[in-house]
Order: sequence, then C-alpha cells, then structure tokens
Amino acid sequence: MTVSAPCAVIDKEGLDALVAALVAEGRTVVGPTVRDGAIVLAELTSADRLPYGWGVELDAGRYRLVPRADGAAFAHSSGPQSWKSFLHPARERLWSADRTPQGDLSFTADDAEPPSYAFLGVRPCDLRAIAIQDRVLTGGRFEDSGYGRRRRRALLIAAECTEPGATCFCVSAGGGPAAGPGYDLALTEVVDGYGHRFLVRVGSEEGARLLAEVPHRSADQVTEAAACGAVDAARGRMGRALPTVDLRTLLGASLAAERWDDVAARCLTCGNCTMVCPTCFCTTTEEVTDLTGDHTERWQRWDSCFDLDFSSLHEGPVRSSGRSRYRQWLTHKLGTWHDQFGSSGCVGCGRCIAWCPAGIDITEEVAALHTELGAETER
Amino acid sequence: MTAVPVPYRVVERRRETADSVTLRLEPVGDALAEFAPGQFAMVHCFGRGEIPLSVSSVQATGGLAHTVRGVGAVSDGLCETRAGDVLGLRGPYGTGWELERARGRDVLVVAGGIGFAPLRPLILRALAEPEAYGRVSVVVGARTPADLISREELERWRTAYTGVTVDWPDTAWRGDVGVVTQVMGRAPFDPGDGWAFVCGPEPMIRATARDLAHLGVPPERIRVSLERNMRCATGHCGHCQLGPVLVCRDGPVVGWDMAEPLLSVREL
Repeated sequence: MTVSAPCAVIDKEGLDALVAALVAEGRTVVGPTVRDGAIVLAELTSADRLPYGWGVELDAGRYRLVPRADGAAFAHSSGPQSWKSFLHPARERLWSADRTPQGDLSFTADDAEPPSYAFLGVRPCDLRAIAIQDRVLTGGRFEDSGYGRRRRRALLIAAECTEPGATCFCVSAGGGPAAGPGYDLALTEVVDGYGHRFLVRVGSEEGARLLAEVPHRSADQVTEAAACGAVDAARGRMGRALPTVDLRTLLGASLAAERWDDVAARCLTCGNCTMVCPTCFCTTTEEVTDLTGDHTERWQRWDSCFDLDFSSLHEGPVRSSGRSRYRQWLTHKLGTWHDQFGSSGCVGCGRCIAWCPAGIDITEEVAALHTELGAETER
Repeated sequence: MTAVPVPYRVVERRRETADSVTLRLEPVGDALAEFAPGQFAMVHCFGRGEIPLSVSSVQATGGLAHTVRGVGAVSDGLCETRAGDVLGLRGPYGTGWELERARGRDVLVVAGGIGFAPLRPLILRALAEPEAYGRVSVVVGARTPADLISREELERWRTAYTGVTVDWPDTAWRGDVGVVTQVMGRAPFDPGDGWAFVCGPEPMIRATARDLAHLGVPPERIRVSLERNMRCATGHCGHCQLGPVLVCRDGPVVGWDMAEPLLSVREL
C-alpha cells in the first residue's frame, strides 16, 4: 500500500491517543525524549515524554539542546542514538551450549520472541538507514535472524523533517526531509496560528488501522500546505552537503590519496562515528562461560572498524594505521557498500560529524578528496 | 532460526607438525550440507570460541576433516582436542575451488605451509578422475621439512609432477631449498590453457600468482584462497572486508583478477 490514502490531521490529543493505543496493544513504543542534555530514544509510556519545546544546536563535535518557543515535538535533528540500538542491539546472545558429564554438547538458539516495537518519530534519513540495514542483515543469502524477527514486528511512524541541523546533509546523500517509502504512518508537525497539529499520511494497512483508532479529521488545505511548505523549505536549509560527484568512483580512486594522512592526524580512532551511524552494522562475538565450565554462551556485540583488533589475523592486524582504518570506514560507507549491498551506506544524518570528538566532518573530507583527486572522478 | 552449530565428534586426531593437527570429524546427529573443496566451516571449541577452517577432507558419509595450526586461543583449543570430544560446526560457507571448471585442462596446485590443507580435497578429486583432467601437478613449500604436512601422501600420489621445497633444510633434507615460485616452473603445465589453485601465506600467494600471470596464465584461471578475520561467516559482521569483497561471502576462493588489485593496496 502506498500513499494513495487521503491525508488526515491529528492534534496533540490525537498523538496522545496514538501512543496510548500502541501501548494498549502491547507494543513497546520507542521515541525521542530528553535525558542527560540530549534527545535520546527511549521507551515512551505516553506522548507527554516527547521533547515538546526542545530543539538542538549542532556543529562538528558539538551538540546542545536549545529551548523552542513553539513547543514542537519533532523540531530537532538526529540525536546520539539511532533505531539500530533497538533493531540491532549493542549486545545480543546468539546461542548457548551445554556439555553433559559424558562430554556431549547441545546447542540452543536464542530464539525468544522479541518486543513488538512501535518507533515514533523516525526521521526520513533514519527510515532510509533502516532500509539499508534491512538489506545488509536480511537481504543476502543468510539472514541475521534476531534482526529479522525484531524488524518484521516493528511499526514505523515517521516524522518528516522541518528543522534540519547544521550537520545535516540528507539531500546531497540522495534522500531528503520528506519521508520516503517504508513507514506505516508519516507525521508532519505543523505549529502555527491555527494550532499545534500533525498531518498524517498512511503507508500501510497496519497504519490505516491504527489511524482509525485515534481521533482524526480529514486534512485541510491549510495544514497540507503548511506541512508541505515546511518540508520543502527544510530541503533548502541543509547545513552541509556532499560534493555532487559520483562518490563511489571518487572513493574507489582514492586509496592512495594524501588526504588520508591528513585526516588520520586528527582522527582518534575512537569509533564514535561508527557507534552513532545508523547504518554501521559491524559486530564481533564473545564466548562467555559460567563457573561450572559446562555452560557457554555466544554473544554478539557492536564492533568498530576503527578498533585495532577488528582486522586481526594471527600475524597481527591487517589495518594497523589510523589512516587505513579511517579509509576503510569512509571508502566502505560511500564506495564499496554499493558493491556489497547495492546502495550507499550513508543517509546524510550528520551524526558522525556532531559526535566526533575531533570534529571531523565527513562532507569536508569527501570534498578534500575530490579536490585532491581532481576532475577524473567527475560524474 | 539462528544458525547454531551442529555437534560433530572428533573420531581421530592426527598430529601433522609440531603445531598442527588434522581432526577427522563425524556428525553426532544430522550432518551439515556437503562441503565442496575450498569451502569452510565455523568450528566452535567449547568455551573458547569459533574460527573459520577450510575442509581438508570431505567424505560422502558426511564426515569431514579440518587441519588446524595452533596460533590462538581457539585453534590451540582445537589442537588439544582428543578423539571422542565434540565440537560445534556451522557451514558450509563461502566459495569452493570449483575444480570442475578446469575439466580437460592442466591443473597446477601450489601450496604454502598449512595452506596445503584446503587444497588437499581438490587434489584428491582431480587424481580420482585422471581422465577428466590434463596433467595434475602439486608444488608444496614449507618453512622446514618438519612443517610439511601429508608428506607420505605427497610421495604416494600419482601426479604428473610433485615438487616439495623448504626454506630451511635440516641435515637429512635432499630436496629443494627455496620458495615455491622457484620450483613450480618445472611442473608440466600449459599456462595458456591450464588452471592454477593457490593457497598459503599472503606474500606467497602474491608472489605465486604474479609469476603465474607473467607465465601467461589468465588471472581469472589463477584461483587463490584468501584469509581475513571472520566472526559470523554469513556476511553480517563486516570483519572480512577486503575492499568490495566480503571474503566469507564472495570468497575465500576468488580469481586473481579480483584479488590482485586488492592485495596490492597496503592495509586495505
């Protein structure tokens, strides 16, 4: 089902009712809320906990909450977390094994039923990020079954972007502030002289069913025009942009570039960019045994290509220099991701810029590579 | 359903060298799907972890063998197993050698050290059907005579040519001394038409494949088996990336046409 259904409008009470309906259905509702000086994603038991009246001020290596006079709930750009924290959690038990006194082994998969998530306030960039992780983790010959189980039960309520941050560049990453496909419901927040309300578009039958359960009215022209106008305006207010060249070709031709040394001199190889990136999916595994010695568990946890151990073979790491590790991250994200999974791995959310302790800016690095490598990589 | 390991019992442990053993395994219950030579399993050592190991023998009965050198916690643990112990296996994963593509042509196998193990089932297949292939030659290199694995087999096999060379001979050594590339020129092999299969340490693979390409072997017909860190083997953990290649998915066996530009970049 596409966006053929007519738009509706709900007000704040409608949003309250929406969250209440989801909670009543037994869903785990996750959405943005203010905690510890940031807008984080957390379980919401009511819409009251949304960050009404909070915006953010962003720059390279900088993230600050700022109050907003209009009381908007979704007028902030990406926070430190993304939805992968829930769909592809930082730690997950894969399976466990038990050894009998006779020495036989039995292996047990961790196939527990996951929560039925309802994600409220998924940004268009993050909607694309979820689609990218879907391709990586469920689109190949093998499926990451834990991810697949959580993902298939998840309901996605998008919030279109009307307030891009200074680190945002989704338009130049091939997306935009309007929600693309993949949502069940898409909200566009409007706050003006006619009140505080949300234009709602339906993206699935589940979304239509849900909308029918909450007080709503048919969309009026004023609200539609205001919503579309705000999203269109956001498109022109991106804080940053990637160069408009074929990035896959540029990054593919960049392996010997001098710029890698320049960025390596600033990069702390801390891995923050990979933790906050909504598409970075790499994991490692750990063996955890108990004191009896007859029970062992296989745990998966997030890993980062910036970690020295990431590429270790018994002779040592393949990528020991910071240069090679930053190069791996960026060439993968914008280049070889295409070869591996059929698209770019970047959605332009800007998190890696805001949360880099050294303020390294992916758009600036790509522009510098383009300048260095010149016109042979032009589109 | 999560891919959990399937129990396999160690039915025989044979010491190959001071630091490597061959474990012959039989499924405790249901067997995994049949492995092709060149493919690998994720082998779990209880309480230690899991590592990728190519098969060094494939039996029609579902049994298989892994030859493992102890270089870390898991491989040391595997080397210490005894007949009767149970391991967990997942697989088969990755690409195989695809020996059948070489039907009717000369076959040249070049192995370095423990890299001989993944090539062993390929050699057995080729020798089992002598009429199906041209001349089958095997060139093996090792650090010392004591590091050669399957030495009796090498002497027994009826190949067109078998060359064995070591870096450091002992006093009893009467054979070649030096690297495999110095020996492989003696193998009867039509470079324009034959297929080469190469496995060993990465510098050995690079030197061997480069020399074979210089001899006129089309890079696509030089099949090499790559090694990278692997955690999942299912294309999800990101560890085994080599540029655009996910070694667990697109490899471990790839053509030199694909591998050459990637292995020539330092720290890729």
